[in-house]
Amino acid sequence: MGTTNITQNSKFKTQNSFGWEGGDPFFRRLALSLATSVIVVVLAMLVNMGWESRASLARFGLGFLTGQVWDPVHVIFGALPFIYGTLVTSLIALLLAGFVGVGAAIFLAELAPGWVRTPLSFLIELLAAIPSVVYGVWGIFVLGPFLKVAVVPGLKATLGWTPFFSGVFYGPSLFTASVVLAVMVLPIVTAVSRDVLLAVPESQREAMIGIGGTRWEVIRGAVLPYARGGILGALILGLGRALGETMAVTMLIGNRGQIKPSLFAFGDTLSSVLANQFAEADTPIYKGSLIELALILLVISLVVNAIARLLVWRAGRMQGAGRI
Amino acid sequence: MATTTVPVPRNLTRGPQTFQVRRVRSAIMIGLIWLAALVSVIPLLAVLGWVFFQGLPALNVDFFTQLPGPPDDPHQGVANGIVGTVELLALASLISVPIGVGAGIYIAEFGGSRYNTLLRFATDVLSGVPSITIGIFVYAVVVLPTSRFSLLAGGIALALVMLPILIRTTEEMLRLVPSAIREAALALGAPTWKTILRYALPAALPGIVTGALLAMARAAGETAPLLFTALGNNQWNTGLDQPVDALTLKVYFYAGQAYDVWRREAWAGAVVLTLMILITSILARVATRRRHGR
Repeated sequence: MGTTNITQNSKFKTQNSFGWEGGDPFFRRLALSLATSVIVVVLAMLVNMGWESRASLARFGLGFLTGQVWDPVHVIFGALPFIYGTLVTSLIALLLAGFVGVGAAIFLAELAPGWVRTPLSFLIELLAAIPSVVYGVWGIFVLGPFLKVAVVPGLKATLGWTPFFSGVFYGPSLFTASVVLAVMVLPIVTAVSRDVLLAVPESQREAMIGIGGTRWEVIRGAVLPYARGGILGALILGLGRALGETMAVTMLIGNRGQIKPSLFAFGDTLSSVLANQFAEADTPIYKGSLIELALILLVISLVVNAIARLLVWRAGRMQGAGRI
Repeated sequence: MATTTVPVPRNLTRGPQTFQVRRVRSAIMIGLIWLAALVSVIPLLAVLGWVFFQGLPALNVDFFTQLPGPPDDPHQGVANGIVGTVELLALASLISVPIGVGAGIYIAEFGGSRYNTLLRFATDVLSGVPSITIGIFVYAVVVLPTSRFSLLAGGIALALVMLPILIRTTEEMLRLVPSAIREAALALGAPTWKTILRYALPAALPGIVTGALLAMARAAGETAPLLFTALGNNQWNTGLDQPVDALTLKVYFYAGQAYDVWRREAWAGAVVLTLMILITSILARVATRRRHGR
């Protein structure tokens, strides 16, 4: 914004009808310190959680990550059941939301007429605005019973012989939590993929139409390869959202820290165990172990989000260059 | 011939395929894409339909005016939670709006490109931090030192939720302000700070207000950051240093209970939260559209 010129200018004019001359350096420094506070908060979070979990870090070390037992009474703490629950629910959610979300994004970007595109985009984005706790209540009273009656019997009849769909389905389960997570992740995957697809230059499509491609061949052969990086980024952004989601999962997963192959079993995630147990943690080692879980969650989501941002950003830059 | 140099896509070269086969495959795939678009709307309809059919009948005047009661009390409500949510939002906005707008101004108007990249990255990181982690962080830095759950702690936690949204909107909206406005002010001899505060910022204000409203809507729907900071209670809150209730906390607590009276409170709470957030989102969308239309 040509800041340097301006500063010289106001130095030159010592008497100024606009008033105080020391304003610029002061204002700049004020804005700088406010902006820097964001970096400070992020770093403080990492450092503070590392410090608060020192008791558990010192006692369990790396074994904390692979420990399969979480037993506050006997002071044995292992994070593996929660890491397992977090990864399994998030990945299944991504699998479910990925196909639907990317499909809907292709529809919005390539097929939908203008008057459908805007309202449909808005409807899908509204899903992102609904509070997590509302999804939780909906999951308890609607989705769980619905899955039990309409979906689980079918899954059992066809895939019941595999360990993944065995056992009794009560309502709360890894499966139920995954389905709700899929709904919550869907708007992110759709919105970001749609933007990436819309940024694919027209010349790509025209070239494919020019050599006689069908509609699907244009999408498959010319549009999707171009947008691949950005769509991957969209999926990973969705993964990031799913990993940290707390309330809906806590209300629907059954809250039992165990590693069972069946998706119909109760489970627990890093975030749900925090929501459930943090208030009752009464010893430093118990509290420290829980804060270490929060630290693990924080680090995982930082890494996942950083990768996603990088992919989306690179896709945007590549396409920006392609447009010229 | 020149045709040999055209990179033929894989699925055109996979064996001899008649045009008929390719057309059928195209029709099937396009059909699947339509299906995906239809499926993506179902969850929203399912959630909204349930929230309104189950929740609206559970709403009554008591819900807004009475304090929580035991499960056998038919005249109870979550008035303290509604007031608590308003208090929390006010405090969170008080903290996050100046910081967020200031930071947005710095990124849009000052700052070297490298430091700006770092600032944007940190903003993105903060918006990706799981909300439960924010709650635990604030517990560690506010609740532990003051040794009490409080409105203050809850407000700070929600401020951290709002901050990244505010920074990003302020930056984007300031970038949309034509530089001619700044140049005109500067040419008349106005210092940079006055140019920004008096001329650039007011031009961007409608957009920033919209962003702030969306940030508040998002914060109003958050539960996880409040669990270990505001904590919740069943009375009117009396001060900054006292625990305070929130609508979301009440919904979370009541949804897991076996009593019908309390379940209905949870449903009614879900309706109020959803309505509030839907209305904010739609208003924000309409406001944005109108501005772009002009």
